[in-house]
Amino acid sequence: MTESANPERVLLHYLDQESDLCDIENYVADGGYATARRVLGDMSPGDVIDTVKESGLRGRGGAGFPTGMKWGFVARDTGKPVYLLCNADESEPGTFKDRLLIENDPHQLIEGMILSAYAIGSEKAFIYIRGEFRKGYDILCRAVEAARAQGFLGEKIFATEHAVDIVVHLGAGAYICGEETGLIESLEGKRAHPRIKPPFPAVQGLFGCPTIVNNVETLACVRHVMEKGPAWFKGIGPERSPGPKLFCVSGHVNKPGVFELPMGTSLRELIEVHAGGVANGRALKAVIPGGSSVPILSADEVDLAMDFDSVAAAGSMLGSAGVIVMDEDTDMVATLRTIAHFYHHESCGQCTPCREGTGWLETILLRLESGEGTEGDIETLYSVAGGMMGTTICALSDAAAMPVRSFLDKFRDDFLGSLAAVEG
Amino acid sequence: MPRVTFNGIDVEVEAGSNLIDAAEAAGHEIPHYCYHPGLSVAGNCRMCLVEIKALSDKQDKPLPKLQIACNTVVQDGMIAESNNDRVAEAGRSVLEFLLINHPIDCPICDQAGECKLQEYYMEYGGYESRVDLDEKVLKAKATPIGPDVMLDQERCILCTRCVRFLDEVTGTHELTINERGDHTLLSLTEGAVLDNPYATNVVDICPVGALTSRKFRFQSRVWYLSSDDTICPGCATGCSIEVHSRGSEIFRVKPRNNPEVNGYWMCDYGRRVPSLLQGGERLSAHLKREQGRFLTRPVRTAVQYAASLLKDAGPVAVIVSPELSQEEAELLKQVAGLLGGEGCLVFRCEKPAFDDDELLISADRFPNQQGLQVLGMRSADGPPLDCSLAIVAGCDPAAAGPQWTDWLEGLDGLLVLDSHKTVTAAYADCLLAIATHFESGGTFINKDGLRQSFEAAISPPGDAVEGRVVLGWLVEELGSVAGVSASTTALESRLASA
Repeated sequence: MTESANPERVLLHYLDQESDLCDIENYVADGGYATARRVLGDMSPGDVIDTVKESGLRGRGGAGFPTGMKWGFVARDTGKPVYLLCNADESEPGTFKDRLLIENDPHQLIEGMILSAYAIGSEKAFIYIRGEFRKGYDILCRAVEAARAQGFLGEKIFATEHAVDIVVHLGAGAYICGEETGLIESLEGKRAHPRIKPPFPAVQGLFGCPTIVNNVETLACVRHVMEKGPAWFKGIGPERSPGPKLFCVSGHVNKPGVFELPMGTSLRELIEVHAGGVANGRALKAVIPGGSSVPILSADEVDLAMDFDSVAAAGSMLGSAGVIVMDEDTDMVATLRTIAHFYHHESCGQCTPCREGTGWLETILLRLESGEGTEGDIETLYSVAGGMMGTTICALSDAAAMPVRSFLDKFRDDFLGSLAAVEG
Repeated sequence: MPRVTFNGIDVEVEAGSNLIDAAEAAGHEIPHYCYHPGLSVAGNCRMCLVEIKALSDKQDKPLPKLQIACNTVVQDGMIAESNNDRVAEAGRSVLEFLLINHPIDCPICDQAGECKLQEYYMEYGGYESRVDLDEKVLKAKATPIGPDVMLDQERCILCTRCVRFLDEVTGTHELTINERGDHTLLSLTEGAVLDNPYATNVVDICPVGALTSRKFRFQSRVWYLSSDDTICPGCATGCSIEVHSRGSEIFRVKPRNNPEVNGYWMCDYGRRVPSLLQGGERLSAHLKREQGRFLTRPVRTAVQYAASLLKDAGPVAVIVSPELSQEEAELLKQVAGLLGGEGCLVFRCEKPAFDDDELLISADRFPNQQGLQVLGMRSADGPPLDCSLAIVAGCDPAAAGPQWTDWLEGLDGLLVLDSHKTVTAAYADCLLAIATHFESGGTFINKDGLRQSFEAAISPPGDAVEGRVVLGWLVEELGSVAGVSASTTALESRLASA
């Protein structure tokens, strides 16, 4: 197995830098904020949007929606303020990339946000950071303060007529706050019940105003797209799904961690080369490629390019690129039950199928795990998951159901093996 | 107006309406729980999923996912379907999700018979439960949350209709959603009591038996009740209501949608009006005083006696209540005209005071004050001392103190028409027993000048007769003397057929 050509690390540049990039002086000395200064001085917001569109950047939060196109949906001339929200509520099990960016290079994010806010005509941006990320919150607060002191945030930034300011908001610890409209509700001080769409946030978001929600890594990418140009970005990885990408590898590997690699790097390379292979010399059994909510892949499916389209073509999703590796000894029933428990615990309880289905799935899986399940339970799991897919306001219900169907499809024998012995 | 095809039927519906309303226009009900036309769209129950074959003229591709009809605003050329297997399966599945943790309370639940869970369960089937009883999530049962509302958290399907009502209509926010997943609870907000003047509307809009009326609980199975439409006589707003009764007993009152007056709501005071109006000691016979004793008389005899008592004996004061219907008031005005005197004077009984609010409650506590004003009737500031004969209809001036009792005592003749044994009745020479509002048809003119007709919901007790009928006979008796019998005969036949 050979490693793909790995250009310089961009998003994780802090790893190759001796000075602490949390310190704004070091960040500026390293060339930081020069891009924001130049773009706000020279380019129109429309040019920024066009540049991002041209780069082919797709959202790193999970859905892979083209960022420039999303920005283009912002309702114009409504007389209302436009808001940029940075989704830093990173909570998908198996995902831990945004935390790294926040804790080690906060100004990269802030600069990306200044550029993005400028592009969409937003003078006020928010970073909604996961409640448990207390350290990251403190770092961001200090970084925002420092940027403000330098005239990079606030009124007339970089000595232009433009204003962009950032508020850092600490969440209170619920997975659903990472769903963009749940995040908006939470930021408004309400229960994070995702909103029905339409209207979409770009038309009616935070406080009823046009709003764009972007993931941390996406916004960090914007900083580099604007610095190095769209051609550079598009030149990395597959044409339709380009750019540098952070992959989080966890589970049964020798070197778990976050790896910055070109989009489209093969899953096998990721596991065997970058993450040091399956731990303890065991064989690979399965991989979840994009966070706990996406369909699982079996060991024979890992010769797969890790980009949005290729993983989708393989029946799963790149999602948040949270790669969870499982070795041959993994108990699939227990694993699925653990995942089901998570979604049961995190369902906001708003929509009927998710509120009732997540608990039902866990109940059945607990029964299977304890060896008291029946074959009927397996069929019930299928149909419960079926009823949960595509029938709710947000994607949490799908996120809870998709793993179930894929685990049952690919590891049916493990589930059959867990059934209670039929007497007689 | 946009044209929509629903289940193959073309309908034209008002712009801005949703698919649930469009389907209704096409003669199809789309099952739903959380949607209520008087509240914002929540879209949480997921029962109204339908298939969109084309969004509009311009977007004629089918949408890949089923869509909730409540949040789908119609567009010209929209094609939607609910009568296919895919939609039926989605509905069946949502209903099963709703039922897996629902308690099997139907035999003891007040909502039985008017419960949307029961109705759709019967319709969709799925009678075989796939969840063991001991696997159900348990929550708090019968918990009083206000003077009239009982909450059963297990029965709640978390549609948030009640929460939205209290947020959007009353703005009082007593109820909220707590916890998550299948442990989600509908509960009172901290320190709140559900005691606002419109609280019981949450019982009406609850599609299941989670919120029940403490007054109505266990009083009657709903299928034994008959429903009649009338107008609430509780104040000058004149809300459209339904009266639910069995025999001559009223069990409850519910608001009836009237966009011009009350929308979907009514106040809690209005719900108490039947017990206030139907309670107390009723008059069920027509009485004539003879040598200090009351004797029962058939109604026509009693009316004849009343006429003989009053006619050609001097000016007659007619004291009327603003709770009488317009028909009764008009006949009393005719009576006053036939007998000479000051015309009709309006007497207002003591009533609990209310301030006007922004919703429905009017400080004018009488349902037909406007109507009496239209007829030119003025207020009785005190007893009309220059009259020695009087008719008192539907009110009780004797209860207002000695100023009135002294006058009543000194009268040469007094006819009282009332449904109840009032203080004034004791002074009467003739008593005609009339029906209450809920036992009568008629018309009120509300505070905004809107004329609203109503019909009787229940029958009056004993010999009591609707006031408009008795007064028609009285006009006839008096008129035959004055030579107007022809017109009153016509009136009587109209009233008799009413």
